[in-house]
Amino acid sequence: MGKMLVVDYSRCTGCRLCEVACSLKKHGTSNASLARLRVVKWEPVCLEVPMVCQQCNSAPCMMVCPVQALEQDDTLGRIKLDEDRCIGCKFCVAACPFGAMGVDAVARRVIKCDLCDGEPACVHFCETQAIKYVDAGTVNLVRMREAAQRISELIRKYAVPESA
Amino acid sequence: MRDQKIAFIDLSSGAVKTETIPEKTRRLFLGGRGLDIHLLYDSLSPGVDPMGPDNVLTVSAGLLGGTIAPSSGRCHLGAKSPLTGFLGSTNMGGFFAPELRFAGFDHLVIRGAAREPSYLWIRDGEIQVRNAGHLWGRDTFETPAMIRQELGDEDIKVACIGQAGENLVRYACVLTGLKNAGGRTGMGCVMGSKQLKAIAVRGTGGLPIAHPQEAVEYLRNFMELIKDNAVMKAFSVLGTPMFQDDSDLIGRVRNRNFQRNQVPDGRGLYAESMQKYSISMAACFGCPVHCRHRYVVPEGPGKGSYMEGPEWSTLGALAAEVDCRRIEAVLSGNYLVNKYGIDSLEFGSMLAWAIELYEKGIIDTGTTGGMDLSWGDENMVYQMVKKTALREGFGAILAEGPLRAIEVLGEDTRYYNVHVKGMSCMHTDERATPAMALGIATSTRGADHLRSRPGVDANLLPRDVKDRLFGFRSSDIGSYEGSAKTIWWHELIYAIVDSLGTCKFQPLFMSPSILGWEDYARLTYVITGLEMSSADMVDIAERVYTLERLFNTREGAGRQDDILPERYFREATPLGLGGFKGATIDREKYDVMLDEYYETHGWDVNGEPKPETLSRLGLAKAPAGKA
Repeated sequence: MGKMLVVDYSRCTGCRLCEVACSLKKHGTSNASLARLRVVKWEPVCLEVPMVCQQCNSAPCMMVCPVQALEQDDTLGRIKLDEDRCIGCKFCVAACPFGAMGVDAVARRVIKCDLCDGEPACVHFCETQAIKYVDAGTVNLVRMREAAQRISELIRKYAVPESA
Repeated sequence: MRDQKIAFIDLSSGAVKTETIPEKTRRLFLGGRGLDIHLLYDSLSPGVDPMGPDNVLTVSAGLLGGTIAPSSGRCHLGAKSPLTGFLGSTNMGGFFAPELRFAGFDHLVIRGAAREPSYLWIRDGEIQVRNAGHLWGRDTFETPAMIRQELGDEDIKVACIGQAGENLVRYACVLTGLKNAGGRTGMGCVMGSKQLKAIAVRGTGGLPIAHPQEAVEYLRNFMELIKDNAVMKAFSVLGTPMFQDDSDLIGRVRNRNFQRNQVPDGRGLYAESMQKYSISMAACFGCPVHCRHRYVVPEGPGKGSYMEGPEWSTLGALAAEVDCRRIEAVLSGNYLVNKYGIDSLEFGSMLAWAIELYEKGIIDTGTTGGMDLSWGDENMVYQMVKKTALREGFGAILAEGPLRAIEVLGEDTRYYNVHVKGMSCMHTDERATPAMALGIATSTRGADHLRSRPGVDANLLPRDVKDRLFGFRSSDIGSYEGSAKTIWWHELIYAIVDSLGTCKFQPLFMSPSILGWEDYARLTYVITGLEMSSADMVDIAERVYTLERLFNTREGAGRQDDILPERYFREATPLGLGGFKGATIDREKYDVMLDEYYETHGWDVNGEPKPETLSRLGLAKAPAGKA
């Protein structure tokens, strides 16, 4: 398994440049409704949660596809949509628990994040690195260190060795 | 370019008409503030009552709005101002303008007045006037929430007024989001007078990018520039309050109205004091700079509520001017002005003026309705925000703005009010900086720093760097020489930024290594396909600024209105470092500077654009109402 998108919502400033960059790369337009990811907002409480395709292992989109247009791509760690094979039934859209499968209503086609073949545009334009593209195998280590840091501070503060 | 439209909406009849925007018009005015003044100038007859149905409100997205141009979320609003009687013009960030463009519209031209409280619902090319009876009386936080619930879409963007706009406070603002305010010149008052509570918009369309690959490359480079730029780095963490530190230290802020130019023991208002409360930084649409604080109101009014800001200007108005010295007071005050929808700058200046009058015994509790107006009284400030927004007691007088409040309170109060053309100054003191003084005096919307402030001047750059930057002999901070041209240059580049719908914190306002003329020409090309040179951009900017000038001269403005408050000439700054202490503006030198300024623009000695200037800019048409 390759790399994956990781979202740290606490770093998101809500600027939506990721949405613009995505639609620009995929469609040559600035069109948030065609973006493969979306910054979901709760304006009154200053909260943003960027939602991306999780490229699931047992992907519901893949499971329900009647023509096997969605396939696991282990090299890039993604579920890939074969647009030629897709019949546009939108079962995948209904099945995705994250709303990550979308529809281009004008072209009447299903749209899906393909991690830009390993160069995700959204990541390039995220100034605060709220979206990162990292090795899946070590994805948890940064957060583990952060958590350990808090524990270590407590240890240093309270658990002074008796000999000291 | 997609066929973005202008919608002409008559609230009296409910009629809506749309037009596409010809490329010829784009080449003359771009969009945003530029096309806005073109529409406004043509739609309005001189002499109309700003609060009557004949006034026209324009709402405009910039030419690059909602695209990958850095920070393309700005929205411009215009009308004849109920505060000044001249040009009403204001600009707000957030996400409203991009949504308007996604819905297919670049400009709204709203005339007439609704018979009942109403709001506009704009969705993908459709415009509906809806009843807002249930929204009337609601604040700016409740209103968007109720609209979203009613229409069943959390992604709707709303621009609305609070109680201040409904009550026709002459400096009521228009808000989108928690705190993005089109604050100045009373555009919220115009909405209130039309019984227009809000504009709600949702668009799912796209904006074609002429040269996507180049656009992506351009923005990538820009992101690198921002990451490497020291000023931007600080700005992304401290926001606009960072200007308070150096401005206060050298002595160019107003304290106790206009009696001091530094806040004694004022460190509690420095940017660092905000860090304790800032929970994160937020951005407007497409902006990698993210200069807006978020916080939870720690105490007092609004305690426990999420809020955004405060901007430096609000910090100055609600604290420095009225001599409050705790950031906590600003955090509650900021919450209140946003809630009621009132321009913080105008309010703070009006209140500081009233406190000084009270201190000097020119007014007393008989006039203030029993209110004891003292410096630094945080609770009094909170109460007065509410009283002004609701036009209660003495608040009803403050709600009238400088010109009319002076009429009410008497001739001996005039000297103490710090305004230009009827709009109050922000909390900066320009007595030691003639260029900035000229800027606020000549601005087309009254005392205002955002029309022309040579921000980069404050960085005290070496002479040769500035000469290279501007391409001419510009002013030094403190000098009269070169000021006229410096102000002219900044007026023009800010007019372009406002017309493209991007943010002023990216051009030279901040740092000499950020965007300049070539960059804007290039951005316009990669995004819209319109090929333009830097010289073309300068022409457009001159056209926009001169047309704004014409709007004002058509309403009777002239040289006599391009004047600083009398105190700038008479009272020397009592505090500050170096040349900032003991400074006044020299009346004769000011006049010379003003002459140079008019000449640079191609305007006559009365500030009226000369016929040859008009014809050079394609504005040959004589202003209506003139011979």
